[in-house]
Amino acid sequence: MELHELTLTQAAKRLAGKELSSVELTRASLARIEALEPRVHAFVTVDAEGALKAAQAADERRAKGESGPLLGIPLALKDNLSTRGLRTTCSSKMLENYVPPFDASVVSTLRKAGAVVLGKTNLDEFAMGSSTENSAFGATHNPWDCTRVPGGSSGGSAAAVAAGFGFGALGSDTGGSIRQPASLCGVVGLKPTYGRVSRYGLVAFASSLDQIGPFGRTVEDAATLSQVIDGHDTMDSTSVALAVPDYAKTLKAGVKGLKVGLPKEYFVGGIAPEVAEAVRKAVANLESQGASVREVSLPHTEHCLSVYYLLATAEASSNLARFDGVRYGFRAPAPSLVPQYMRTRAQGFGPEVKRRIMLGTYALSSGYYDAYYKRAQQVRTLIARDFEAAFKEVDLIATPTSPTTAFRLGEKADDPLTMYLSDIFTISINLAGVPALSLPCGFDAKGLPIGLQLIGRAFEEGTLFAAAHAYETAHEWKDKRPNLAA
Amino acid sequence: MPLSEKDVDHVARLARLEITPEDRALYQKQLNAILDHAAGLAGLDVQAVPPTAHILPLNNVWRTDLIQPGLTREEALANAPDKAKGCFRVPKIIE
Repeated sequence: MELHELTLTQAAKRLAGKELSSVELTRASLARIEALEPRVHAFVTVDAEGALKAAQAADERRAKGESGPLLGIPLALKDNLSTRGLRTTCSSKMLENYVPPFDASVVSTLRKAGAVVLGKTNLDEFAMGSSTENSAFGATHNPWDCTRVPGGSSGGSAAAVAAGFGFGALGSDTGGSIRQPASLCGVVGLKPTYGRVSRYGLVAFASSLDQIGPFGRTVEDAATLSQVIDGHDTMDSTSVALAVPDYAKTLKAGVKGLKVGLPKEYFVGGIAPEVAEAVRKAVANLESQGASVREVSLPHTEHCLSVYYLLATAEASSNLARFDGVRYGFRAPAPSLVPQYMRTRAQGFGPEVKRRIMLGTYALSSGYYDAYYKRAQQVRTLIARDFEAAFKEVDLIATPTSPTTAFRLGEKADDPLTMYLSDIFTISINLAGVPALSLPCGFDAKGLPIGLQLIGRAFEEGTLFAAAHAYETAHEWKDKRPNLAA
Repeated sequence: MPLSEKDVDHVARLARLEITPEDRALYQKQLNAILDHAAGLAGLDVQAVPPTAHILPLNNVWRTDLIQPGLTREEALANAPDKAKGCFRVPKIIE
């Protein structure tokens, strides 16, 4: 087996057993990146020098007797996570040369744990998009078929894990931006409960919806990353002071007695037949392992997209007001200040970002606030209540992650609404604040990955991991690799 | 409520975004399409429903009022597009 084919868990075992050094692992990751990046373009910045330094430091710590699940493990980080001294662009011209003076809390946590940061991965600009085509620095290509998108907005992180560029990655998820690319790239991706992971240092898109989460080749890998990054942070007043459960302890709990719900509103037209079939088979497998399955209802499903595109854009219009060319980032000079703001923002932001700022500004503007923003917030309450009610009857909800497999680059570029519909199964989860995970559940006739989404109660990530692990170990999806000859 | 060209200009000014006439027409079309889709919300009965600004029951999360180290002046100015005398430099604000 080649080094890049190891899972994070396997790599950690070999490091612990002193069969491998972190420097060797890191060199292997960097070599593979160098060979295949021209085809995949998962990264905005590769930090070979920093990675090797960190690998060296990790090996020294281990020689002194230290151990840990991430000590010396090479990882990739989405480029909207602030990394001190390492360019953080959010895939935008606005921040093309911005070097943060601080680490995001999750980044310092990973560094303390001895992880090796290989570089910063590509995303849709400011995390706005579902295909990574909105990056100002070029699209990322799906490792399973380089003419297709990896999904988005965390497309670079998903592609990196699928391609074997490192052993795990972090992304962010506001409306599906971890889960949808995980589905399209055939890897595991988790959006934790809102408040489970600190957002300090994540460049904000929609503050009441954003969450940072892990990508892994396997459920165990994702759980290992979660175990390290989950937890309260005094720097994020929206993070929750609840103890983090021991995910490894319950990983193999199985699904006996677990009640799984299928929301009837999700299984209407628009799902590719092969996707529907794979998800149906997956749920049947959970049933054969001891879970019981029933239909549930999430009555306000049809309004989720509208609510999301009013609330998320409104919050984004506020969060992106800071990009004005004064203290950092791109500046388009003008003779006086307001024209400078207007020109800087017109030139520094891409079209999708500007479109969302316009929509959000309108929704918040005087005369329209009640009809759009406030109303959307009220419907959000109804959506959250839908989930609460469903979770009185079941422990988990199962759906497809994405209505289709990976679409071709350029296919959805012309109509924003068509692109927005890619998120139709993932968006409600962010509005309700509950956790959800996507894992591979098959491939279509073109060899493209299909994702199963499992949704859980708030702070019950352990149950998600256990159910996902039970499904995963009964199948061989995790052993398939994209055909990327180096 | 369809957006007029004047509305688009007004919103662009609020958002501090300079737009071209082509932008104006495109935004008008695209934003109206999205707002049409959102019109479905108008039919729902939300009279007795409290708005959700934030999904967690957290309010007024305080910390102890102790001074902690922050960024140094150099760090704060390191990414400045233009600086002078230890400050960010901008064009004329007041006529």
